[in-house]
Order: sequence, then C-alpha cells, then structure tokens
Amino acid sequence: MPNINPLRRYLRQGSLPHFFCPGCGAAQVMNFFLNAASAIKLDFDKLVAIGGVGCTARIPVYLNAEALHGIHGRTLPWATGIKLHNPELEVVIFAGDGDAAAIGGNHLIQAARRNLDVTMIVVNNLNFAMTGGQAAPTTLQGLTSTTTPYGNREQPFDLCQLAISAGATFVSRWSTYRPYQAINAIKKALQHRGFALVEIVSQCPVNFGRRAIGSDDPAKGIQWIEEHSITIKEAGGKTHLDKFVVGNFIEEDKPIFEGSSVWEENDAQPG
Amino acid sequence: MSGKRRVLTGTHFVLGNYAVVEGALAAGCDFFAGYPITPANEISERMAERMPQVGGKFLQSEDELCSIFSVTGAALAGAKAMTATASAGFNYMQEGIGYAVAAEIPCVIVDVQRCRGENYATQADVMQMRWGASGDYETIVLAPSSVQELFDHTIKAFNLAETYRIPVIVMSETTIALMREKLVIPSPEEIETVNRKKPNVPPAEFLPFKAGLDGIPPLPDFGEGYRILHSLNPHDERGGIHWDADVFESMYERIVGKIRHHRDEIIRTEDFYLEDAEIVLVAYGSESRPALDAVKRARARDIKAGLLRLITVWPVPEKEILAVAKQASTILAVEMNIGKYAREIERLAAGLCRVVRVTKNRGLVHTSSEIYTAIEEVVS
Repeated sequence: MPNINPLRRYLRQGSLPHFFCPGCGAAQVMNFFLNAASAIKLDFDKLVAIGGVGCTARIPVYLNAEALHGIHGRTLPWATGIKLHNPELEVVIFAGDGDAAAIGGNHLIQAARRNLDVTMIVVNNLNFAMTGGQAAPTTLQGLTSTTTPYGNREQPFDLCQLAISAGATFVSRWSTYRPYQAINAIKKALQHRGFALVEIVSQCPVNFGRRAIGSDDPAKGIQWIEEHSITIKEAGGKTHLDKFVVGNFIEEDKPIFEGSSVWEENDAQPG
Repeated sequence: MSGKRRVLTGTHFVLGNYAVVEGALAAGCDFFAGYPITPANEISERMAERMPQVGGKFLQSEDELCSIFSVTGAALAGAKAMTATASAGFNYMQEGIGYAVAAEIPCVIVDVQRCRGENYATQADVMQMRWGASGDYETIVLAPSSVQELFDHTIKAFNLAETYRIPVIVMSETTIALMREKLVIPSPEEIETVNRKKPNVPPAEFLPFKAGLDGIPPLPDFGEGYRILHSLNPHDERGGIHWDADVFESMYERIVGKIRHHRDEIIRTEDFYLEDAEIVLVAYGSESRPALDAVKRARARDIKAGLLRLITVWPVPEKEILAVAKQASTILAVEMNIGKYAREIERLAAGLCRVVRVTKNRGLVHTSSEIYTAIEEVVS
C-alpha cells in the first residue's frame, strides 16, 4: 500500500502535478485549508472555490469542488452573485495580495462592508509572484523587487485593518510559520456567518526571497517572516508598517448581506 | 404598473427602460446587478422595486466590473441574470463579457448607448458590442427600435443566452430607453421562455465542456455535485486548464462555431418594400423608424425604395444584406454615428452595388426628411 496523504481525496482528479514552486507558501496554505475543511467535514459538493489570477488563485484549480478561476481581482463579485442566488453554497476565495489588495481592493472593501457571508483566504507573499516578482501594495518599505530596484518607497497596506474598518466580522492574520494557528483560523472562518478574512503571510522563495531578502531558501523565507512578526498584544494597538501583526483580530455577529433591496410582505409600495 | 406578479399582462404606457425590466422578469430573470449610470438608471431603480417582490435578488454593485462578474457568478449558481449600463459603463464590462464567452455563461447585458460623456442619443457602440473584449469570440446583439421591442428583445436575449450559453447584448439607445410608448405584455402562457440544457448523466460520467453536434455543452448549477472548474484559461473537455495548442484551437473553434453554425436560427431581420426595391436602406435600432418613414415618402413619389431592418446586428445578417446588394443599385447605410456598421455592408456589397453612408452624429436620431433627402440625392 503506498502511503497516500489522506487529504488527497479532496483534490481534483487529473489536476496534479501542481504548478507551485518548491517551498511555495501558497501550496502550504492549500494544505492548511484542506486540514481545516477536513476537520469540520466540509461538504465539497456545496463548496465553490474561487481564484482570480496569480499563484494563490491556482488553489481552486486543484480542489475537487465547484471552481471559478482566471480573472484578476474579480473573485468577490463572483462570490456576491453566487451567494445571493444560492445562500446554501459555501463560498471560499483564495486570493493573492495582488488580487485582494491591488486590482480587487474596492471589491474587498465593499464585500466587508456588506458582510457578505463568504470566507476569503489571502495568501500574502508580499509581491506579484506569478508575473516575476514585482512590488505589491503589501511589499514592505525599503524592500527590493523587480519594480523597486532601489527599494520600495510606498507604504504597505494592512489588509486586516482595512477589512476591520470596512465592516468585516471575522479577521485573522497568521503566517506559514504558524500552521496550527492558521488552520484553526481557517476552521473558524469557514464556520463564521459573515465576511471572514484570513490573511496568511507566506514565503515566495523564487520571486520575493531571492530579491527582497537575498535568499531563495524557503526555510529562510519562513524564518524572515517570523522575525518580522509580532502578536496583537506586542503591537499594543499601534501601527507597525515594518511588521506583521499576527493573531485573531475580531469575531462579531452581524446581519449578513441578502441583496441591496429586500422586500417584505407588508412593505409599502414605493411612491 | 405595480404588484407582485412576475408578468404584468396588459396594455401599458411606459418608459423604455421599464419595458426592459418587465421583459427580463417575464423571461424568468431572478438576478440583477447594476451601477448607477444615466440613461440606464431606471432599469436599476425598477429592478430594485420589482426583483425582490418576485423572489429574485437585486445588487447595487460598486462598479460595472462587479455588475458583470456578479451576474456571471449568479448565472453559474443557476440564475437567469442580467445587468444594464450605458456606454461608459459598458467599457468596464468587456472583461466580464470575455470571461462569459470563454466559460460559456448565459447572461444578458443591456447597453443604453449614449454620446461619450453626455446622455444624448447615439449608435456609436455598435462595433464595441462585437469587438469590445480581448480574444476571439462571436456575440449575439439585438437592436430594438421601440419600447415594445425593448420588452420583446429582452425576453429573446435571455432565450438566446440560455440556448447558446453565451452573453447576449441588448443594444438599447437613449432614444428608446427614455421614450414612453405603448407596451402590450401578453399572458405568461403566451411568452416563450427557454432554460439552459442540463446534464443527463451523473457527475462521474459528465465531461463539462464536451458538446454534441450543436456545440453547446449542458450546464449544471453549482451545488448539484458536478464540481466543474470554470476558467477563462484554455480548458479541455474535462475542464482541466493547461496549454495545449490543439485544445486551445478546438475550444475556440467550438465556441465560435456554436454561433456561426446557428446563424439561421439566431438572425432576425425585417423587410419593408423590398420586392422591387432599387434603393435599399439598411438600418437598425431607432434609426429604422425614420428610415421606414423616408421609404414610405419615396414610395409615394414612385421611387422604388425599400428598407432592410436589422433586428440582429451581430452576427451580421450576411445572407440578407448580400441579397439586397445583389438586387439594389444603391444601399444607403443609415446610422447614428460617424459611420460604423456601414463597413460591414460595404464588405458584403463590394462589387455588387454602390453603398452610400447616411450618418448623423449630433446626439439626435435622423429625421425622416433627412433620410428622404439622402434618397433623393441618390436618385438625381
């Protein structure tokens, strides 16, 4: 009997081998998701996995679920249409930081504001990896990339704080250094009713590691992330533009989005 | 016109934009997304009122990208979905149209054409309807010319979308969208509606992008257990994405072919006084109304004029245009822009007859006198 990973049954037949580079953080996050989904016995017949464009966006391609893929940044509009039409479906978005913080940024704000009942897993590898390592809105200041050869001069986004202020009701950030916390956060996010965002800061050895931290060793990438991570308590409520604040930020119960116009039997006819 | 009925059977006097909404509801539309834009606003506003009353969902999107992508998402979840916009918003939707073409998602888009930056009447988007998105594709575009046709063509658009798994565009115009006219809504039994073909085999045996001779694969809803990957990327019959030149080539051959091979079923035109016509006007949308008036005036003066009215503007009614090109000495290509669709007519009529462009690009529909004058100039 070959020793087959029990999570492999959740993968789409014929989709392997995957295209992730050796040591890729997005592949680890796929593993985290499958661990979480398996633990809560998620029904894959009712799962719609959505990816945009990029490395992380490929995750749904490998999942044995309903899947959407191939348009950059429009994951949440897809999710909004799906969830409004059939609220019984479990919708999970896999977005890179490009999809979530750059091209799809407004959709993220609006979905959080509406408290759309979906789970969004953001793999933040701090760069546009698939296109060759350009700087992203999440790249820390001073880091080099193919488009910041003299160091990044822009201030990075804090996606979690953005989502919280926009109205998200479950927000959590972990890293690939802390797999168990990440798995637990994904589990909670999947079970949460409302907009749940889990950001996982991840290594990208090939396109980020080589240029930004001078090493394409995945372990060094993970170590670098941990060295730049502080807990919510350590952050002390202050902004830290050069650090990743990790932990579970909020978990709230608020009404979910059911459409922009909802009619009830005794509503008056508009004038 | 209010109430909780989906089909408001009866005779009404309504705005063109409202007729679109009633047509959509009569066709079974149960998801609508829209972003505010003049002169399409009344579509969203009436949808906001009517859609929840009949059990559908209304989304005021954050932009037109959200409109078109929420529509494609809802459609894959099983909805009959529609969005409406005006020219500037239609620009943003091209990405979603390209996706809907490649992933073969039935949906309806209404574009109320307006002059760039202003809300005056135009037909300037007629080429964008066909060529707006990147990549290879065919589209189906209908050009209503009245409030009644906005209703009728919206239903037709849903039926074509469901039949061919394609985004269908209703090419409206400021002229008719903001016009009030008589609208007759038939009883539900008299309205033909079409629903997409569903798989007749269990998930294990289903190849989601394998089609029969008609080129149109069945489409299950999300959650029915088929677990399909719907990607923009080239995909094989299983839905697996990878680069394979043969897969890519045959995929687009089928996607384009399913429309090209059904031209005769899709294309609709209308003839007026064509039997013996020597001068033929070709017009579409609101321009076909003054064109018909002008033809009648010409006939009253014994000028053998006729009108070929294009109801389907894309795919191009090639057979019909070719037939009049063979018959006529001159074709007048009448349109409300700098002269765009005329190129299609000139292409087909090359070597067969003269084509004269009759254009007006002043935010106003032609008057019948202006078109009649153009006919007289050809005769003299």
